[in-house]
Amino acid sequence: MSQTAIKTDWDFPAFAGEGHHEVGFIRTYIFSTDHKMIAKQFLAMSLIFLALGGTLALLMRWQLAFPGQPLPGGGIFPDTMAPGGIILPEFYNSLVTMHGTFMIFFAIMPLLVGVFGNLLIPLQIGAGDMAFPKLNMLSFWLAVPAGFMMLASFFVEGGAAGAGWTAYAPLSADGEFTGVYLGQQLWLGSLFILGFSSIAGAVNYITTVINMRAPGMTWFRLPLTIWALFVTAILVLLAIPILAGALIMLLTDQTLGTAFFLPAEGGEPLLWQHLFWFFGHPEVYILILPAFGIVSEILANGARKPIFGYFAMVLAIIAIAFLGWIVWGHHMFMSGMNPLLGTTFMFTTMVIAVPSAIKVFNWLGTLWKGNIHFTVPFLHAAAFVSLFIIGGLSGIFMASTPVDIHIHDTYFIVAHLHYVLFGGSLFAIFAGITYWYPKMFGRLMNTTWNRIHFVGSFIFYNLAFFPMHGLGLEGMMRRLYDPTQYGWLAELQPWNVFITYAVFALIAFQVIFFLNFIISMWRGEDAGPNPWRANSLEWSIPSPPPHGNFERIPVVHRGAYEYSAPGWDEDFVLQNEPPSEEAVQ
Amino acid sequence: MSLLARGGAVLLLLLLAACGTEYPQNSLSPHSDFAETIHQLYVSIFWWTMFILAVVWIILAWVLVKFRAREGDEKPRQIRGHLGLEIGWTVGPALIVIAIAIPTIQAVFATQRPVSEDAMTIEVTGHRFWWEFHYPEQGITTANELVLPVDRPVNLRLGSPDVIHSFWVPKLGGKRDVNPTVAVREGEDPKYNWLFFTPQETGYFYGQCAEFCGESHAFMSMRVLVETEEDFQAWADRWRESPGALPPAGPEDPEDETELEMAGVPAQADEPDQLEIGDDDPLVAMGRDIFLNQATCLACHAIEGTSAQGDRGPNLTLFGERTTLASGILENNPENLAAWIKDPWAFKPAAAMPGVDYDMQGTAGYWPATALSDEQVRAVAAYLLSLK
Repeated sequence: MSQTAIKTDWDFPAFAGEGHHEVGFIRTYIFSTDHKMIAKQFLAMSLIFLALGGTLALLMRWQLAFPGQPLPGGGIFPDTMAPGGIILPEFYNSLVTMHGTFMIFFAIMPLLVGVFGNLLIPLQIGAGDMAFPKLNMLSFWLAVPAGFMMLASFFVEGGAAGAGWTAYAPLSADGEFTGVYLGQQLWLGSLFILGFSSIAGAVNYITTVINMRAPGMTWFRLPLTIWALFVTAILVLLAIPILAGALIMLLTDQTLGTAFFLPAEGGEPLLWQHLFWFFGHPEVYILILPAFGIVSEILANGARKPIFGYFAMVLAIIAIAFLGWIVWGHHMFMSGMNPLLGTTFMFTTMVIAVPSAIKVFNWLGTLWKGNIHFTVPFLHAAAFVSLFIIGGLSGIFMASTPVDIHIHDTYFIVAHLHYVLFGGSLFAIFAGITYWYPKMFGRLMNTTWNRIHFVGSFIFYNLAFFPMHGLGLEGMMRRLYDPTQYGWLAELQPWNVFITYAVFALIAFQVIFFLNFIISMWRGEDAGPNPWRANSLEWSIPSPPPHGNFERIPVVHRGAYEYSAPGWDEDFVLQNEPPSEEAVQ
Repeated sequence: MSLLARGGAVLLLLLLAACGTEYPQNSLSPHSDFAETIHQLYVSIFWWTMFILAVVWIILAWVLVKFRAREGDEKPRQIRGHLGLEIGWTVGPALIVIAIAIPTIQAVFATQRPVSEDAMTIEVTGHRFWWEFHYPEQGITTANELVLPVDRPVNLRLGSPDVIHSFWVPKLGGKRDVNPTVAVREGEDPKYNWLFFTPQETGYFYGQCAEFCGESHAFMSMRVLVETEEDFQAWADRWRESPGALPPAGPEDPEDETELEMAGVPAQADEPDQLEIGDDDPLVAMGRDIFLNQATCLACHAIEGTSAQGDRGPNLTLFGERTTLASGILENNPENLAAWIKDPWAFKPAAAMPGVDYDMQGTAGYWPATALSDEQVRAVAAYLLSLK
């Protein structure tokens, strides 16, 4: 261990741990400024939206497998959605749109950024709270009304937005085309408000990571989760304003008679695609970089070894984030593009394969010659590696412009994006939730049920989404209301039925997870401060940590991945453990 | 975790099995130069990715089994990295990327190369929710079934009056967005997307709108008939001598309000419109009268050589030759056609043609509040099917 000179006589302002005063119920649980409570609030909100998004997916899958048959219990839907339980095409389009919207903006993004960002940044860098606790509270309380607004759009005249989660203009810009007026406007307004929530969070994360690292917590001692969240926050800060601008333009097209995107009056529909994807591709990395961080953390913990190639991992995160800005055109290969420009986008896109490969091989290197403990978080993290690579490799087909001609807007794309967002992000989220649950609630989730959840999810997830690659290559298109309407697709219908059953099973296993999540809060085994025998700072304090986190600001002596360091009895060393005599060389 | 590897192998086999069969919109059976180029690239990328997938999965599975924690294990050695290995797995993927990029770039330019001199231009218009094909050289307009001569390069000009559609015929290779034609100042040419390819085999190909365009997006299909040059010319000639054509003389007065009276007006036996059709099937004659004189079909539809010259809906010349109706979603037969005329929204919600059952209120304003009887609908269907 190299001993760096550490300044220990920091003059800290009184942080929240000192002078701790009793706060009432409302300040503790509702309008809390404690980053851990805000993380839990985000967790509750996004799990509810995750469940809602899953329910919408169930309805879609029912229609795709059994078109024209009444939905069991579908009588509760009004006639404008599903008369007699039979899903109407316009309602189906709303389902497609809202499933994507809820999952991306209200489930995956807040789970990764809102939950883990809030929970981990202060804890892992050794800070008492975020730099701007009230801004943090505002961030959550902007997300809630945005979610309600989005939800409310189902119940207004014309129903919820039905132009796809990408809301391509002019379809989305003029209610004439979809019959949805207010629903689309609520969609736009809701995302606009949610954008402020994200920006407030991002400003906070960036400031906190730069300014509030504990003494000795140098940049290259940071856990990779923090690196990933820090870089993600920068992406959020830069990308969301672009979306906000585009949303406002679309909203004024809808309501004030402007014509940014309306071709009949000289507007340019392609402008929407450029703006949306200039935001949208960095958004893709917002949804995966934190997952990279979580997985790195947990793989090293499971293997009881330092992360392989820490420095390269950090550079890969930065490289992916940077490249994410210059690839948006690959979503628009079919939109009509100069071949030279298309080639450029194609090449920048493929280059992302290089940092991604570095990450994958470094993960394998981390496991290599490790002492692998198959904890539940580890299982999810290993599943992430095996599934993310499928999503990554299928991405190469799309990056190759001419091949994309075939698979663009088919079920191949549906398969790809679910391999990245479900097999990738969501498995990392399961890994993260099961890993940090004890830190949040002081109790462990039930391991047996968690294992059952993992095995069921892994099997049925693959059974549900892998066949979609084949369906896409056979020419089954996205946003298809009734596959049996086409004779040749009707022959492939058994696959759709199969996928739907797999999705039913997949969702059933998620119910196990939700129940385990809730019941373990009361029934779970007491976790103790460090159930995973990990190194980073959050494990040096009680679970759940008290208000203000650290009794004293910790002093950091080493990196976050000093597993199995020689000279210590245990195979882990907390980052703030003072160096022992014999370990110092 | 061997479960993982085994499950992966089974699923891979399923994928390969799915690729082997022949479905009409299969991406993997090329029938044009364009599609062939893409196919070769697809195959090379497929094997590269399978190779990488196999490497990663095998290492992962092996590592997980081999290095699992056992009783009495020593602490693992701390390995923080290995410069040689790390350079290796940076350079290796970079080389693979280049190996994929080079043929890709060649294919990009091969599929978007300059249009050859002898290419036949066809103006494709994507409507909500049907396709219009205009052949400027031949002066032909048809809908939903594109007829092409084999081995002749075609250059499709893609435009739309409403939202974004996407022209996609997998076996001929093309998919390209059909963007709305943006209004431009006078003297400027609007921008169009173009798609240029040469069909190499005669045949019957399926196509589809691939960009989400609204409620009935999924029902916006099409067919492409690739015919020999002679058959194509014969088709074009037949179109010009439209069998629905009127005799040269004879009063035509579709604008006359009285002619557009509601359905139920008895057919006038001495109307010249009814006399010139080869077969004198009375049902056909009745349908023709309804189409041209009583209902306002002709407000939107055109039949070459008749008074019907509407341009809002598909051109119905040679309709009887089409294999499908309603843009490729129904087989073209009398029953389907009658059902379609009666109630198009049952098949294609939000179609511009609201059907005879619909009240004028709440639907497209130009549709007359006409209610044809079942027999009249059958007659119209018989007339349209006689157009060949």
